[in-house]
Amino acid sequence: MSRERHNGQARDTADAVARRSYGKLIACLVARTRDLTAAEDALSDAFAAALLDWPVNGCPANPEGWLLTVARRKTIDRARRSRSADSAVEHLQRLAEESAAAGEDAQIPDRRLALMFACAHPAIEANIRAPLMLQAVLGLDAKSIASAFLVSPAAMGKRLARAKEKIRQAAIPFGIPELAELPARRDAVLDAIYAGFTEGWNDPGGTDLARRDLTQEALFLARLMAELLPEEPETFGLLALMLHAEARRAARRDSEGHYVPLAAQNPALWNSRMIDQAEVLLRHAGAFGVVGRYQLEAALQSAHVHRCRTGKDNWPEILQLYDILLALSDSPVVAINRALAVAEVQGAGAALDILDALAADARLADYQPYWAARAELLARTKVYGDARKAYEIAIGLQRDPAVRSFLQRRQSALPR
Amino acid sequence: MQYLLMVYANEAGLLSRPKAEQEQAVAAYTAYFEALKNAGVLAGSNRLQPSSSATTVRIADGKSQVLDGPFADSKEQLGGYFLIDVADLDAALTWAARCPAASHGAVEVRPIWVLNREGTYQADQSAVPA
Repeated sequence: MSRERHNGQARDTADAVARRSYGKLIACLVARTRDLTAAEDALSDAFAAALLDWPVNGCPANPEGWLLTVARRKTIDRARRSRSADSAVEHLQRLAEESAAAGEDAQIPDRRLALMFACAHPAIEANIRAPLMLQAVLGLDAKSIASAFLVSPAAMGKRLARAKEKIRQAAIPFGIPELAELPARRDAVLDAIYAGFTEGWNDPGGTDLARRDLTQEALFLARLMAELLPEEPETFGLLALMLHAEARRAARRDSEGHYVPLAAQNPALWNSRMIDQAEVLLRHAGAFGVVGRYQLEAALQSAHVHRCRTGKDNWPEILQLYDILLALSDSPVVAINRALAVAEVQGAGAALDILDALAADARLADYQPYWAARAELLARTKVYGDARKAYEIAIGLQRDPAVRSFLQRRQSALPR
Repeated sequence: MQYLLMVYANEAGLLSRPKAEQEQAVAAYTAYFEALKNAGVLAGSNRLQPSSSATTVRIADGKSQVLDGPFADSKEQLGGYFLIDVADLDAALTWAARCPAASHGAVEVRPIWVLNREGTYQADQSAVPA
């Protein structure tokens, strides 16, 4: 075989292993040391070594085992190697030979769940949990995570480093929590996955590659949770919710990139395979008989899909779901969405009363959907002057250019 | 903390768009300006005259050179700025992302060093207005 082909094959194998097993390998490396930074450094060294070794000696039968063995040695030898860089290649050769024999048929245990629980530990700041998980389990670099979460790359790098340091210093356990703790800790993991998904979903045009990929990565993490922790209905609820949202991606923009609201979307453009999957997952979750936030949100998605497909009004059912969700979450964001359902059942005036009551919540002053909802309801009650003002505020707070121009069109369509 | 949001946009690109679109773009900036004001974070803002009106001075080999045009000869030009006062960089980035230029040009976010009474510079740590 030519050298180029060998090289190409080695690279392909390394890429495939990186995609398939990155998190698995990190989880193994970090299990005892709790040192994520060292584990990541060691694994990236091991990948570099593979690209040197595999084209020469051929791809090992068990590439994961090879990488794990090399990475383990790297962790130990790191300091020594930095003193004598010249002997590194020779050193690698020796390691490769040794590990080829040792790691041939070793099955690598899957400790990714423990890794995810550590990343979403209550001792870790809530806003860094999702980024940490994306990095530790999927190997995403700080730069692409930073742009997805609208944080400067330098700051994201620092925060990730700080969180890893915290895991190591505070000896945050890598394991599955006790049964009593499990629901709360599981929710922290699911919340982090959902936060990642939401960041990606906010970029439906897929113009920003880092953010578009984020929805896929979040789906991967949720599937992993469902696979590793199959007795938790909320995990299936979250997965169903995300699949429903993802299924409508193509319909959320028209051919010119204009924003298309749900009611105006063409259901034929929805990914029906994804919707079917979501429905199966939601029924599966429901069979456990324990309701939760994500199942309710998925049920809402499902109800919207059903209405748009059949044209049959189901707003009273939607309102009921929102009532339960609001009682469960007490979130102002849920309250706004519930108000929009109230508008469909009891009229825009009743919905505006709810928004007025919410206005005292300072968190909503800069919350764009609040103002967009308000503008829409004011327009429906024909209070055009106030509607125009509310649209103006919503436009000024909107970061998606397609939604911004949609709101501008709505605003200019108001009668003078 | 004060941050300067520098708005980089392609002037020629906007001017070549139909009039209605230009008006929409201006209206988007107006709404953004109002949003900054309503949030109580705006410390100053101005739009700059087109970059063709710029004159650049630099001293090379001890002699000053005066050149027509902006300092950097790129498609996207500094078109204006918003000076904002917010809690931290994350808040500044959130506002920068809402700036219309973020979607058709670029917005550079730079923390401000304020010249204090002693004549030394320091990062401005003044509280965010309530």
